[in-house]
Amino acid sequence: MNHYDTIIIGAGHNGLICAAYLARSGQRVLVLEASDTLGGMAAPREFHPGFKTSVAHSVSQFSAKITRDLDLEAHGFKLGKTLTTVGLNDAGEHVVLQDGAVSGVGPDDASAYADYRQMMQRFAGVLNPVWLQTMPRIGNNNLSEILTFASIGLRLRLLGKDHMREFLRVAALPARDLMDENFDSELLKAVLGWDGLIGSRMAPRSPNGAVLVMLYRMSGALSGDHAIPNGGVGGLITSLHSSAVEAGVEVRTGSRVGRILIQADESGLAATGVELADGEQIMADRVVSAADPKTTFFDLVGVQNLEIEFTNRIRRLRCDGYVAKLHLALDGLPAFDGLERPDGRMIIAPDMDSIEFAFDDAKYGESAGQPVMEIVIPSLQDASLAPNGQHVLSAHVMYVPYRLKGGWTDEAREALCERAIDTIARYAPGIRKQILHRELLTPLDLERTCNVTGGHWHHTEFAMDQMLMMRPTYDAAQYSTPIPGLYLCGAGSHPGGGLMGGPGHNAAHEILK
Amino acid sequence: MTNTEDRWAGERLMESHFHPRQAALNLRDAWSSWNGYKFANYYYDAEYEYFCIRNSCGTYDICPMQKYEITGPDAEAMLNRMVTRNIANLKENRVTYVCWCTDEGRMIDDGTIFKLGPEKFMLTCGSPCLAWLRKSAFGFGDVTITDMSDETAALSFQGPASCEVLKKLGLEGIETAKPFDIMHFPFQGGSGKELMVSRTGFTGDLGYELWIAPELALDLWDALYDAGDDYGIHPYGEVATNMARLEAGFIMPDMEFSEALKTIHFQHDQTPFELNLGWLVDFKKPHFNGRRALLQDRDKGPAYKLTKLDIEGNKVAEGAYLYSNRRCTQEIGYITSAMWSPVVKANIALAMIKPEYLEGDIWAEIYYQKELRQYSKVAKCTVKNKPFWRPARARATPPPGL
Ligand SMILES: Cc1cc2nc3c(=O)[nH]c(=O)nc-3n(C[C@H](O)[C@H](O)[C@H](O)COP(=O)(O)OP(=O)(O)OC[C@H]3O[C@@H](n4cnc5c(N)ncnc54)[C@H](O)[C@@H]3O)c2cc1C
Repeated sequence: MNHYDTIIIGAGHNGLICAAYLARSGQRVLVLEASDTLGGMAAPREFHPGFKTSVAHSVSQFSAKITRDLDLEAHGFKLGKTLTTVGLNDAGEHVVLQDGAVSGVGPDDASAYADYRQMMQRFAGVLNPVWLQTMPRIGNNNLSEILTFASIGLRLRLLGKDHMREFLRVAALPARDLMDENFDSELLKAVLGWDGLIGSRMAPRSPNGAVLVMLYRMSGALSGDHAIPNGGVGGLITSLHSSAVEAGVEVRTGSRVGRILIQADESGLAATGVELADGEQIMADRVVSAADPKTTFFDLVGVQNLEIEFTNRIRRLRCDGYVAKLHLALDGLPAFDGLERPDGRMIIAPDMDSIEFAFDDAKYGESAGQPVMEIVIPSLQDASLAPNGQHVLSAHVMYVPYRLKGGWTDEAREALCERAIDTIARYAPGIRKQILHRELLTPLDLERTCNVTGGHWHHTEFAMDQMLMMRPTYDAAQYSTPIPGLYLCGAGSHPGGGLMGGPGHNAAHEILK
Repeated sequence: MTNTEDRWAGERLMESHFHPRQAALNLRDAWSSWNGYKFANYYYDAEYEYFCIRNSCGTYDICPMQKYEITGPDAEAMLNRMVTRNIANLKENRVTYVCWCTDEGRMIDDGTIFKLGPEKFMLTCGSPCLAWLRKSAFGFGDVTITDMSDETAALSFQGPASCEVLKKLGLEGIETAKPFDIMHFPFQGGSGKELMVSRTGFTGDLGYELWIAPELALDLWDALYDAGDDYGIHPYGEVATNMARLEAGFIMPDMEFSEALKTIHFQHDQTPFELNLGWLVDFKKPHFNGRRALLQDRDKGPAYKLTKLDIEGNKVAEGAYLYSNRRCTQEIGYITSAMWSPVVKANIALAMIKPEYLEGDIWAEIYYQKELRQYSKVAKCTVKNKPFWRPARARATPPPGL
């Protein structure tokens, strides 16, 4: 029968999570994925024969509740050991964060770090319930929605007066100010600020949501540490897929949705199914889109079916990505000066200014002259990702604008790739000779390969004006949309992107309400 | 040395394409402004101008009115999503009255859409609306919006003699134009220029609107005034228009409604249902802006309803509060526009009234002045369901006597 309870567009982790919850509650669910692999930006990819990685390369905030609810461990999900975070220094004097302590800095910074970490964990605890909950509608007087507000208020209040005041004070602080207040070591500041900035159009001195981003990333079981699952990030996707399929979900890859079918008659509009790019129509009681909001509303729904002000709010969403992806296939393990084993999450950003300057280039349309980046070697965590004895290096390179002045040409991409490798070679001098193959994906490339507008990490900027009950915009912030039968469940919805699962989880919850 | 440069040049009111003629006739220099144009309040005597509209004919400058040309394969779809009425069935060379709303169903403005070709429309309205049109067009592939406000000369020509004068002007067959029809005529013989005439207006009477290229504006004026000389043709201004439209029961921005994009206070604006424009809202159309909110508003019933009142006595009820009892303890609404209507010979008004009180007594507490002394009275009001003034000639084709 060609009729489903729910069709989900996009088999990223959020689409799979939403599907699994719905199927577990008895729904007949079909997931349609445009590309040939599952996982969206977390999809495992063989970028060179025998060498695999995914765009997203580590997990920091995946929801423990979802792991339990969907029985992911029974389906093979296992996080490897927590990665140390290493701030690389070209003299080999690295700053290392491990097991809640920092080394490579002076005693003042070391003790300040303990206090800082405690503070941030306390604040993360306040926000924790927010991420797995539907946000209240603005102006709605529904009791349960008021209670959501009230419970956040109460948790804040329970912090006690001093901590509450401090929370309210730092919440919108630029990363730079927060770090300057707490630490002396420039490298430590850069490393700690990193997680507040990566993926956003934000630099250390930008006021906005950097602190909230950090707290969001501390929401999972790892309290903000990073790990790589067995099988790489793709391992998470494999387990989600397996759990979803066991619950009865049908998944079809290579099935690009061309448009969402909207029934239009005297009773108004309603989403009734989808039409694939090849013309096949599949009907359902509801359609849930894990594609980004611009793709969903402009390409799949069409503005003629939307309200004018709503359309223009979606239009103004900031979706330009600023992170490029570098993948290297290496014929051996690279040696980083002063590191015994490059098995941590290595950050190349000597100080906060270097991040700021890299952003300055990008904000005027150039790709960073001196890129800053985060590197992992996933094949050290899971040997199956590269042929025996060989390795994969994966790097998130910032800041690289989606809209490059003069456009993204092969030369521009190549020049950036060269600069990125040069930068790495400053810390791992022998690496050039080890490179068997290299690949650099600009945000424009990511847009094309991952089907995400702007190649944006969070589908759309994770910033104060685009979060919580404003994500992606009011009238679509509770997963339902102005079109009956159409829902959102991707990173463009609350709480946001990163491998977390909140949007998929919350959307399913709303649909099942 | 004197400085001849006008340091206020950019601040001065613009002059309409008909200004030279209108200025000569504005004996009282009674100017106000509309959309940045110098615009006559009245020319000589507002009452006299009003009687021209009702008894002979008069011209009213609508150059300051906003005019947008909307063209392209997606023009109709774009407009149809914007306005509450279904324009899919609008035929070429026809005009329709429309309104458009915010997502929340609050009225932004009303106006008219002229269908000039399969993919060519003109939208006219009282206030600038380009920003909203641009927002409305976003996402539609092939729509071009051009602001023609300054590049079109437009003159409203209203009154029982208007058709006859147009015939005299040489517009053959103009009497066959039905209300809301558009006709095109060559102007000045073989000049290749055209005069567009629509049977539209804002007076509730027989009348037309004339549309022409700006360089021909004065020629048109002169020809029209020649043709109308024996009929007492006379320009009329804002005051006379306002009288005529109130008798016709038409709404006026800043009197009956606040344009929703300009209000600050939530719900200081109105829905079409409050303004009695429910007939413009076509729920058979699956989607248009504000539909969901308007459906709710319709089902819930509007908070106020625009109502036509006939008020006892002759004291004009301008600004009056309305009550359900003579002691004026239960307030039920307010007057939006009021006048003594010469043609109906009645004390008339438009009012916003809470619908639940429409069946009961309605009393207006009227304040008025006599030789600088303030007086007040409480006058009984009667609800009128039809326009105060709607002569058969306004709709007859051909108009009577032609
Ligand atoms: C360079 C980069 C590095 C990142 N690194 C990390 C990281 O290390 N750790 C981390 O936690 N997060 C990381 N992220 C963020 C994270 O990958 C994303 O936020 C997350 O994958 C979003 O998941 P999703 O399920 O919401 O959407 P996606 O993963 O984007 O999935 C959406 C899916 O919808 C499909 N789709 C779109 N349109 C259609 C259509 N018309 N028909 C059918 N299917 C369609 C797409 O093909 C895609 O598979 C990174 C992001 C980027 C850009």
